[in-house]
Amino acid sequence: MSEMTAPTTSDRGFFGEAKYPGIFGWIFSTDHKRIGLLYFWCIFFFFCVGAFLGLLIRLELFAPGETIMGAQTYNAVFTLHGVIMIFLFIIPGIPAAFGNLILPIQIGARDVAFPKLNLFSWWLYITGAILAVTSLFTGGGPPDTGWTFYVPFSAQTSTNVSLAAIAVFILGFSSILTGLNFVTTVHRLRAEGMGWFRLPLFTWALYSTAWVQILATPVIGITVALLFAERVIGTGLFDPTQGGDPIMFQHLFWIYSHPAVYIMVLPGMGVVSDIIPVFSRKPAFGYKAILISSLAIAFAGSLVWAHHMFTSGISDLAVMVFSFLTFIVAIPSAIKVFNWLATMYQGSILLDPPMLFALSFILLFTIGGLTGLVLGSAATDVHVHDTYFVVGHFHFVMFGGTGMAFFAAMHYWLPMIYGRMYDKTVATVAWGVMMIGFLILYISMKVVGMQGMPRRYYDYVPEFTGLNQLATVGSWILAVGLVLLFANIIRGLFWGDPLEANPWGSASLEWQVSSPPPTENFDEDPVVTHGPYDFKQAGIL
Amino acid sequence: MSGHVHKDYTGAKFGMWLFLFTEILLFGGLFILYSVYLSRYPQEFISAGKELNVWFGGGNTLVLLTSSLFVAVSITALRRGAKRLCLGLLGGTIVCAVIFMVNKYFEWSAKIDHGIYPGSAHLKEMLPGEMVFFNIYYLTTGLHGIHVVIGALILAWTMALVKSDKVNANDWVILENAGLYWHLVDLIWIFIFPLYYLILH
Repeated sequence: MSEMTAPTTSDRGFFGEAKYPGIFGWIFSTDHKRIGLLYFWCIFFFFCVGAFLGLLIRLELFAPGETIMGAQTYNAVFTLHGVIMIFLFIIPGIPAAFGNLILPIQIGARDVAFPKLNLFSWWLYITGAILAVTSLFTGGGPPDTGWTFYVPFSAQTSTNVSLAAIAVFILGFSSILTGLNFVTTVHRLRAEGMGWFRLPLFTWALYSTAWVQILATPVIGITVALLFAERVIGTGLFDPTQGGDPIMFQHLFWIYSHPAVYIMVLPGMGVVSDIIPVFSRKPAFGYKAILISSLAIAFAGSLVWAHHMFTSGISDLAVMVFSFLTFIVAIPSAIKVFNWLATMYQGSILLDPPMLFALSFILLFTIGGLTGLVLGSAATDVHVHDTYFVVGHFHFVMFGGTGMAFFAAMHYWLPMIYGRMYDKTVATVAWGVMMIGFLILYISMKVVGMQGMPRRYYDYVPEFTGLNQLATVGSWILAVGLVLLFANIIRGLFWGDPLEANPWGSASLEWQVSSPPPTENFDEDPVVTHGPYDFKQAGIL
Repeated sequence: MSGHVHKDYTGAKFGMWLFLFTEILLFGGLFILYSVYLSRYPQEFISAGKELNVWFGGGNTLVLLTSSLFVAVSITALRRGAKRLCLGLLGGTIVCAVIFMVNKYFEWSAKIDHGIYPGSAHLKEMLPGEMVFFNIYYLTTGLHGIHVVIGALILAWTMALVKSDKVNANDWVILENAGLYWHLVDLIWIFIFPLYYLILH
């Protein structure tokens, strides 16, 4: 393993070596770290926009009846919130931003397998994002279908669904190319000594995710393409008056979109799997079990799509089969949780900000996962389907899971990329405020959902007022926490204290390069002599 | 540092195969719809399938198979240093692609002249299964046609690279990947042809 070099302020690493001047040095760069940062800041921006829309939704629901916006505006706002958060934040979030930043360094490569293709993926992402945003302000008004684009409504509404469908197609293409790039990179560019079972668990998670991206995303591509054709040339494959079947749209949609749930959460699990051993000062317990469970989730997760359709009119047999398969996915997820807990057992746990976020991932994802079983079991699902219980559930898994992992990754790896450290005390306070707001907001949603409040309405009966107001207050606390968190990390990354070498004490390769890393990461090709969690051999313990 | 110069042929082909896989899955969505609707409307699919002209479809199958042969031989030609032969064969492939599209143009025009196209009044008088058949026929062959055009453009670009010796007897992975893409276009047609044109048997 190459020598550790302490970073100096004059050594700006890859920041100092642009191929082109100014902004062109970023948007035309094929360096995986520059592309990763492009992704990161775009994704960060869209998260802020999406969070702002979420606050507007909560504000509208503060009181029954029209509070700040009418029904049509509300429909557009929650559709936009969903589309931005799903397609522009959660799906590309960890794989595109941190995958690009970290994966090549973790396996000892100088870049990804196809650097130009990588840049092209980013351009596709930006094109798709611009089209998605454009669709809101042009044509017949912002799409009001929800992010699921269900026919027949999506085929008939006069709003700008066609452009949004093109945007989703292009974003999907970007996701496919990133997945393809990562799979090839892991297969071909591992450094000498970096065997498959020495790969860090974050890389393993990204590798599993990349396969899902490759195998599932084309299906959403054809689905939205068919929706587009149905709207523009009237092909009517999902139109009952032309012999089509709307249920087929739902099947095709969820064949992608359920595996997409694992595209969202697997990389987050990878982040947690990498962080827990470092801050417990213990090797990852059940390394192989964790990596196999990643692959198992990727595989089993592809077989459960129809559990979104229990009330859509599929056969009873299909309901039972898909319900059963859904329970199977819970097993590898639980394996991960138990292994994380066992890693921490008798470790010397350091509660630095990355660890706090990783721990909240475990807590919130477990709550979200267990409430997912309520929805996965057909008998209970019938009662809570399309209520706020579902909204509470997926915010626990997506925001409490992937969102927290994203923040964990930010606090864990970004200091290494920028060579500067944020204020840990402020980060810890912000984490605490966020957690309080988070729990108030989403637990209220679950309770009000159990009481029968349906999702996607801008109005509700007066009985639900109390819990809705509680949720809205929670959203304000959460927002305060987020602002504090972001202000602190931005201040830290640009103006913070220079980073000491390997501040968290990790044995993984990405911490052995100087910080910020040089353009091609390694001055000479590294030779790996121990595993990523072998703290004794790395001389950290 | 010489990190940039190395060319990983296995990696390049590995990536291409993964990409071809995604293309198959893209068409897979249409094939799934086809199989579901076929099982729902078997009789109407057969009666609608009789409307398609086997000679057009069969002719285009031959054209595409020939073009695939040209591409395969062009790769071997380049590896043996026969640059002009390679260029000629690639040109032949592109000609085949053009013939295919012209053929397709006449076939579609004939259908459209008979009032059979998505959303037409005549189509809407047909039986539900026949409507589905023609809609999915237009979508599948249309998407395939787009791929033929893209494939031809990729081959034309590769030809330019061969001409300027950027792709040569020692460095031909781009040609091989372009060829793989073209074979995929061919392969998908091999499935489309029997499913739509030969269904009456």
